[in-house]
Amino acid sequence: MANQKYLLVCSGESCDADKNHLLQEALQREVAASGLGATVQVVKTGCFGFCAKGPVVKILPEETLYVEVQPSDAAAIVQEHLVAGKPVARLCYDQQQSKLHAKLEDIDFYQKQVRIVLRNCGVIDPDSIDEYITRDGYVALEKVLFEMTPEDVITELRKSDLRGRGGAGFPTWRKWEFTRQVTNPEKYVMCNADEGDPGAYMDRSTLEGDPHSILEAMMIAGYTCGSSKGIIYIRAEYPLAIARLKRAIRQAKEYGLMGDQVLGTDFCFDIEIRLGAGAFVCGEETALIASTEGSRGMPRPRPPFPAVKGLWDKPTVINNVETYASIPVIIMKGGDWYARIGTETSKGTKVFALTGKVKNSGLIEVPMGTTLREIVFGIGGGIIGGKTFKAVQTGGPSGGLIPEEYLDTPIDYENLSKLGSIVGSGGMIVMDEDDCVLDVTKFYLDFSVDESCGKCAPCRIGGKTLLTLLDRISKGTGTEDDLAHMKQLSVAMQRASLCGLGQTTPNPVLSIIRHFEDELNNHIQDRHCPAGKCTALVRFEIDPEACIGCTVCARRCPVNCIAGDRKLPHVIDQERCVKCGACLEACKFNAVIKS
Amino acid sequence: MSEERSQVAGSAGDEKLTPELVAFVEEWKPQPGNVIMVLHQVQEHFGYIPRSVAFEVAERLDVPVAKVYGVITFYHFFRMVRPGRHSIAVCMGTACYLKGGQDLINELEMLLGCSNGSVTDDGEFGIEAVRCIGCCGLAPVLTVDGEVFGNLTADDLPGILAQYRGK
Repeated sequence: MANQKYLLVCSGESCDADKNHLLQEALQREVAASGLGATVQVVKTGCFGFCAKGPVVKILPEETLYVEVQPSDAAAIVQEHLVAGKPVARLCYDQQQSKLHAKLEDIDFYQKQVRIVLRNCGVIDPDSIDEYITRDGYVALEKVLFEMTPEDVITELRKSDLRGRGGAGFPTWRKWEFTRQVTNPEKYVMCNADEGDPGAYMDRSTLEGDPHSILEAMMIAGYTCGSSKGIIYIRAEYPLAIARLKRAIRQAKEYGLMGDQVLGTDFCFDIEIRLGAGAFVCGEETALIASTEGSRGMPRPRPPFPAVKGLWDKPTVINNVETYASIPVIIMKGGDWYARIGTETSKGTKVFALTGKVKNSGLIEVPMGTTLREIVFGIGGGIIGGKTFKAVQTGGPSGGLIPEEYLDTPIDYENLSKLGSIVGSGGMIVMDEDDCVLDVTKFYLDFSVDESCGKCAPCRIGGKTLLTLLDRISKGTGTEDDLAHMKQLSVAMQRASLCGLGQTTPNPVLSIIRHFEDELNNHIQDRHCPAGKCTALVRFEIDPEACIGCTVCARRCPVNCIAGDRKLPHVIDQERCVKCGACLEACKFNAVIKS
Repeated sequence: MSEERSQVAGSAGDEKLTPELVAFVEEWKPQPGNVIMVLHQVQEHFGYIPRSVAFEVAERLDVPVAKVYGVITFYHFFRMVRPGRHSIAVCMGTACYLKGGQDLINELEMLLGCSNGSVTDDGEFGIEAVRCIGCCGLAPVLTVDGEVFGNLTADDLPGILAQYRGK
């Protein structure tokens, strides 16, 4: 049918939150009611990435994108767009308030993106293996099994120069080669889907939008390294991703693409799912192995590396979700093709979860070497509410804050490391003038201290001490010596901690000492928090000249600490004030002053 | 009331593995590394891991109780206290934190009169601050019984609670 149309409805967790199944049903009803059922198909797909504007609906083949669609808009889409052939202007993304962008390719959010990992997200129905196959799914596996030796696969990966996307950036081909070289009849292929970085959801969207790509890549790893058993270690907090993976495994087995004698060859491969239980440290590969073995997820010293002694002491290759998702494309298009994307030392693309105080938050995939400015101000559309940009944070609790002056840095592993941050798993959080760097760093330290497994002293004690020092500064009782002490502790933690968690815990602290010294000094010397976030340093007062005695603030105060008679100036009892700011918001006469 | 309270606190101590759970345990018993998978199934059934059941699991799997206890307390996901009839999980990932996740917790504590990490006296609601739930585009976010509510302000909370109260 030449004139067939598709209505793609995002079913990612963020959009589903907006009750998208109702939208899908409404669209189906409208399509049926208007007699278009034979030529128009409503399809549920994975995440489109444009989460800030969800629920999102895309119409193919014209690639029209509708944003913030409600079930009640279904009739308009079907009647105006499909029947009358005119896009529904009010549902198009309004980029500059002046002109409407109906087409996906015209929208700045998508323009600078290159989608390799997310190639199928928002395009196919994640529950349908047929749709995956139509988009060249399992072609790479077939090519590997019938045309390539394990050495060929390694050569191709080596050419591509793909580096681990979990954060550390270790060359993937070397991991595979190490595991391949060890002689052992029993080896394991593991997928690290324990995405614990707060503020990041790249792996979740990939697993929910394109589960088969992970299975395919794990089987390629199995063939290459000589393993017949795969294990996906996934967070229990991702029930939708787990359900879709389970279904995908079942379908692949039914199609003879997994299990005994894959595609009629001698290669056998089976994949099992193991659930994580909410421990950030389990993203560390030796801790992940301990957890898969059913124990407390504590890391152990390396070497021996998992390639030699991993799960159940057998050789094990562990890669992250995003790394796996890139592999089928590298096999199909060649390592040389992949290596043409990116920078000298970091090839290919990287997925980032762009969030925080940015207009277009969502999931994006850009070539390595894209600048931070292009991401925050180009794709992200700048800061919400016309506020001033302060910093962008990459790498989550293991990364650092990057200020305005370095925004033109092209992103790659080496460049971000020079700035005191890391690429990390892909969290990218934008902060504005209202955010206090000290407050945010305390947030990360608090997280890392809570997640420290407690096995080694540098991490267990060092992290806690750093947090205490930060807390002191945020309360206005810090000294300049504290800064020197923090630096010293940080270096000790970086050198002496057992695993990546402890080694990177001080990164946020070091980055603010380096890039935001002025703001720290404000806290230390002036006892002042410029962003007004550190409550101990904030003071709310009522200007007796401006106060007309309307009593609104007194009634709004949650601790009843504002006194004053009607029509007379009010006073805040500073001893009892909890600094919630309710009075500031309530006052219509600008009589409440925050200092 | 006192009986109800002890129910809420989960100290009744008479919960037992159901026949289905026993079958699940037996299925996993021969497989190495089974403790976490079994505990997940137990928590899915009870909503938490009752003390009596933890002992039973240890016995059936033939592992020391200390190991089971060690695993339960190591991982954030497992809890040993009975949750409220409706579980409110407020996301405290970075994006939600920056956009006012803490304000939501403060407001909920005021509205429900119980602190973060505990359950209301009538057992209706439990509040919990949780790690990133991966809906950062909708920050700040909370879930009630798994259903996601995004782009929230403190003013939205009474309406959300009303949807669940008494159901």
